[in-house]
Amino acid sequence: MNENRFQKRTLFLILYIVFALLPIYWMVNMSFKTNEEILSSFSFFPQHFTWDNYKTIFTDPAWYDGYINSLIIVAINMAISITVALPAAYAFSRYSFIGDKHLFFWLLTNRMTPPAVFLLPFFQLYSTLGLMDTHLAVALAHLVFNVPLAVWILEGFMSGIPREIDETAYIDGYSFPRFFLTIFLPLIKAGVGVTAFFCFMFSWVELLLARTLTSVDAKPIVATMTRTVSASGMDWATLAAAGVLTIVPGAIVIWFVRHYIAKGFAMGRV
Amino acid sequence: MITTKPVNQKAWWLVLPVVICVAFSAVLPLMTVVNYSLQDIFSPERRVFVGTEWFALVMRDEELHAALWRQLTFSLAVLTVEIPLGIMLALAMPAKGWKSSAVLVVVALSLLIPWNVVGTIWQIFGRTDIGLLGAMLQEMGYDYSYTGNGTHAWLTVLTMDVWHWTPLVALLCFAGLRSIPDAYYQAARIDGASKFAVFRYIQLPKMRGVLMIAVLLRFMDSFMIYTEPFVLTGGGPGNATTFLSQYLTQKAVGQFDLGPAAAFSLIYFLIILLLCFILYNWMQRVGTDSKEGSDHE
Repeated sequence: MNENRFQKRTLFLILYIVFALLPIYWMVNMSFKTNEEILSSFSFFPQHFTWDNYKTIFTDPAWYDGYINSLIIVAINMAISITVALPAAYAFSRYSFIGDKHLFFWLLTNRMTPPAVFLLPFFQLYSTLGLMDTHLAVALAHLVFNVPLAVWILEGFMSGIPREIDETAYIDGYSFPRFFLTIFLPLIKAGVGVTAFFCFMFSWVELLLARTLTSVDAKPIVATMTRTVSASGMDWATLAAAGVLTIVPGAIVIWFVRHYIAKGFAMGRV
Repeated sequence: MITTKPVNQKAWWLVLPVVICVAFSAVLPLMTVVNYSLQDIFSPERRVFVGTEWFALVMRDEELHAALWRQLTFSLAVLTVEIPLGIMLALAMPAKGWKSSAVLVVVALSLLIPWNVVGTIWQIFGRTDIGLLGAMLQEMGYDYSYTGNGTHAWLTVLTMDVWHWTPLVALLCFAGLRSIPDAYYQAARIDGASKFAVFRYIQLPKMRGVLMIAVLLRFMDSFMIYTEPFVLTGGGPGNATTFLSQYLTQKAVGQFDLGPAAAFSLIYFLIILLLCFILYNWMQRVGTDSKEGSDHE
């Protein structure tokens, strides 16, 4: 019975992974083909295998700068999001204060703004501040959806930690900052890891705001892609190669935080 | 866990940085949109206050109603498919060892692809002449065409969204599952609890928090879906995949000027807000009930 169940789960998992990987495989497949081959025939493997698409990206500064800019933007955004969200999440999970429930929900409402029409106000705001085409502008704009998310996820993890731990630490004479950094933070490592990953992800793939707020110097890779797509028809092959390369940094990030996600066990043990 | 928290108004100081951040990056733009929605703007210098005229205009728009229904159906479909699928996936993912790491990374891959690339890939992927999905469906004897058949287009967008976003639900649930102490499972084993009972009375209640985030996130984001269907189908064929966000952009860029578009986006915002509020409160109530273990809903 148990064995049987295990097999069913494994089968389901394998099926899902196949489903998840097929479109990605198709993209990898396309990235090694020429445009003519992509559009002319159906094939499981590239018939005229080529590295040219990747060469284009690694030799043209307009392309590889996009990746660097994206990484800078995402790093700034992640740092700010997690720094401001940690104390707030702690406050929400440990204390009652006037308007806490409303504030908690209000935070999330900021994720609900449809981006299309908010582009112009953003443009005006950052022009006025002289931040246009800087990494900081995009990183700040992305706070709209990442800070509420970070607070929500961290609060969830913090509420899983018994409050007795805090009280014991205070009785032992720990100050709040010392308690928070040396005792509490290690306990919610898993939460911080998951939060970092989600901040990375949402900021990495966001297109509309990033494209509006940058022109040359801080243009992230997602925006670079759209420009190449519209130039003289569709450059499918280069786009596919660029797409493959956009997965790489994220895959590295999740590889680093995988333990935090998988070792959530530590949270309830103490 | 729902013992009363100590009241401490100083906690506001801890929340203050977040409030400032969000106020700067969300409330200021929102105020600007409110400002637009009440004016007829010819140029930055020439603007006329028109009151609620734009709101009245937008509310009477028949096409908007159609887009709203399409949107609601789509978001509902997204939630019905992705939430159970994500939970199942989280339960099926191995918990330890290199397999766990490998599966985590593979599952998360689709989340990391920029949204415009997602649309572009599926555009090729779904073509019957050069794409794997299209070719497979044709081999199986379906007369599949996401550019010609509205239902096919709709289903393709839904499949794309399931492929793209189910991992989000799965990862959140996985992290939630991993936070359940071993002792709970041991206790359940001693009691001889069935797999289903373990899921219903241990795993599901423990996942409540992350599940709530997952449901709300998926609801909001699917309700504002724009880039992927725009690239894949351009809203067509006909209006089959023109969702609210795309309709709004068409209006804002194409026919209308800023005023009606701003009024529309405020109404849009309020609809999402209302629906999320209902979902949020409902899920909180359901969660508390199941904690007491008295409600078998």
